[in-house]
Amino acid sequence: MSVENTPVLEVRDVSLGFGGVRALSEVSFEVKRGELFSIIGPNGAGKTSMLNCISGRYKPTSGRVYLDGRDVTGLTPNIRATLGMGRTFQNLALFGHMSVLDNIMVGRHHLLNNNALTGGLYWLSGARKEELSHRRKVEDIIDFLEIAHIRKAVAGTLPYGLRKRVELARAMAVEPKIILLDEPMAGMNLEEKEDMARYIVDLNEEWGMTVVMIEHDMGVVMDISQRVMVLEFGRKIAEGLPAEVMENERVKVAYLGIDDDEPAEAGSAA
Amino acid sequence: MSNLLFQLIINGLIVGTLYGVVAMCFVLIYKSTQVVNFAQGEFLLIGAWTCWWLVTSMQLPFWLAFPMTFAFMMVFGIVLQMVVLRPLIGEPVISVIMVTIGLSIFFQAVMKSIFGVWPQPFPEIFPMKSVDVFGLAVQPAYLMSLVVSLVIMVAFAWFFKYSRMGLAMRATAFNQQVAQSLGISVKNVFAMAWAISAMVSALAGVVVGMVNGVSSALSFFGIKVFPAVIVGGLDSIIGAIIGGLIIGVLENVAEYVDGQWLHLGNLYTVAPFYVLVIILMIKPYGLFGTKTIERV
Repeated sequence: MSVENTPVLEVRDVSLGFGGVRALSEVSFEVKRGELFSIIGPNGAGKTSMLNCISGRYKPTSGRVYLDGRDVTGLTPNIRATLGMGRTFQNLALFGHMSVLDNIMVGRHHLLNNNALTGGLYWLSGARKEELSHRRKVEDIIDFLEIAHIRKAVAGTLPYGLRKRVELARAMAVEPKIILLDEPMAGMNLEEKEDMARYIVDLNEEWGMTVVMIEHDMGVVMDISQRVMVLEFGRKIAEGLPAEVMENERVKVAYLGIDDDEPAEAGSAA
Repeated sequence: MSNLLFQLIINGLIVGTLYGVVAMCFVLIYKSTQVVNFAQGEFLLIGAWTCWWLVTSMQLPFWLAFPMTFAFMMVFGIVLQMVVLRPLIGEPVISVIMVTIGLSIFFQAVMKSIFGVWPQPFPEIFPMKSVDVFGLAVQPAYLMSLVVSLVIMVAFAWFFKYSRMGLAMRATAFNQQVAQSLGISVKNVFAMAWAISAMVSALAGVVVGMVNGVSSALSFFGIKVFPAVIVGGLDSIIGAIIGGLIIGVLENVAEYVDGQWLHLGNLYTVAPFYVLVIILMIKPYGLFGTKTIERV
């Protein structure tokens, strides 16, 4: 059916400028249903800008973004979230003073029907039944990410790796069609990275979630991604299977600074 | 003599809970929308006049007028947020403050032009004869106000801890961008904050109006709320309640001290502001406030 074939996410000719700076220049790509898609590139290549254009925080200067075939370019981030877009942030953005469970429950906000008034009639309006069914789904997510032992803990007190996991859980609670991960492994040690990589792969394979990920760790990206797009100075310079992208000359130049005319530059590798 | 002091402390606690309620409303707006609302006192004024008008001019029974006042204030809060404050999002803090000060002056003038400058008594809804509580004379309206305040506080606590909108409001107060990414409409949260704040403040206004009569003096509550909020910390709801109680008691104790020994006159009104200055000097973030918040 056509529903299966339409890409979950389509980005068409998106450009973004801040004053004189062009953060993105006519970038286009598609993410298929059930895919694990990574966006890589040197620092300042426009990866997070791209993610912000998709999630709605930035409005592209030109170009369009389609979610499930629907044009979402003019919609606010919260409406995009209710249409099925979940995301995590590069810098941890948990609600630090809330419990882990409350953090995740906020993610279910748009799925809860009861408002403040009917919620006041807790036992009569079905709010209780509703909350129970939500709690069940939340518990599934908690089990999956193995954070059951900290569900009552205050999020701000947790170690970094766990907080990243809670953030992923919160994004999953939105029940998105596509989940955007902004550097899910930044600042983690090897063991934590391996754990996180496993969760992302399971999320993709077992939960069937479409994932778009930005990550600096090339090893992880090439290991787990099905397709990779490379950005440099706001332009798409390559897209394809990890192995293909690795062999791409422009990517090598962008990452390692190797150029026939100039000596190699150090420090730009991720 | 100590009986008088005791009586004043009880009065202070009762008035203090009302300060606490209004301070809570103030904090609610500050926390969720980062607006310092200098027109908080006018919410009391408008609410009280609306209810008074419904009861006296429209001859409605109180039990009908009261919910109607509530509904009106809810709409009023939402419209005010949408029309006046939403366009100011992203403008400098000082501009927003000037606008709320302007609103305060504007509403006071409008209320005066509609209802006149003289205090108007509420028709007697509760018997005005004092009742005896542990040997102290307490007005029934004050008792009711105490009960109402406590109910509001419990309702606030419940709302923020357990309700979906409460959770969304806490999330928005913490980080708007993240809240949006989770499907929360920040616009709705802002409107909701103003609506609740206007409604609950109006309730306090009606209660005070019943005891003291309705007059522009009600908006003075909005100024009294500042010491309460500063003592408690600008962004702490619990702090607002405790700050309110402290200011309420302090006022009355100051009155007692003044009356017995100092004879300066009017210490009742001024004392909270001395405390405000002292608190700002020794603990600028209040007793319960977040350290990083911006002072204006």
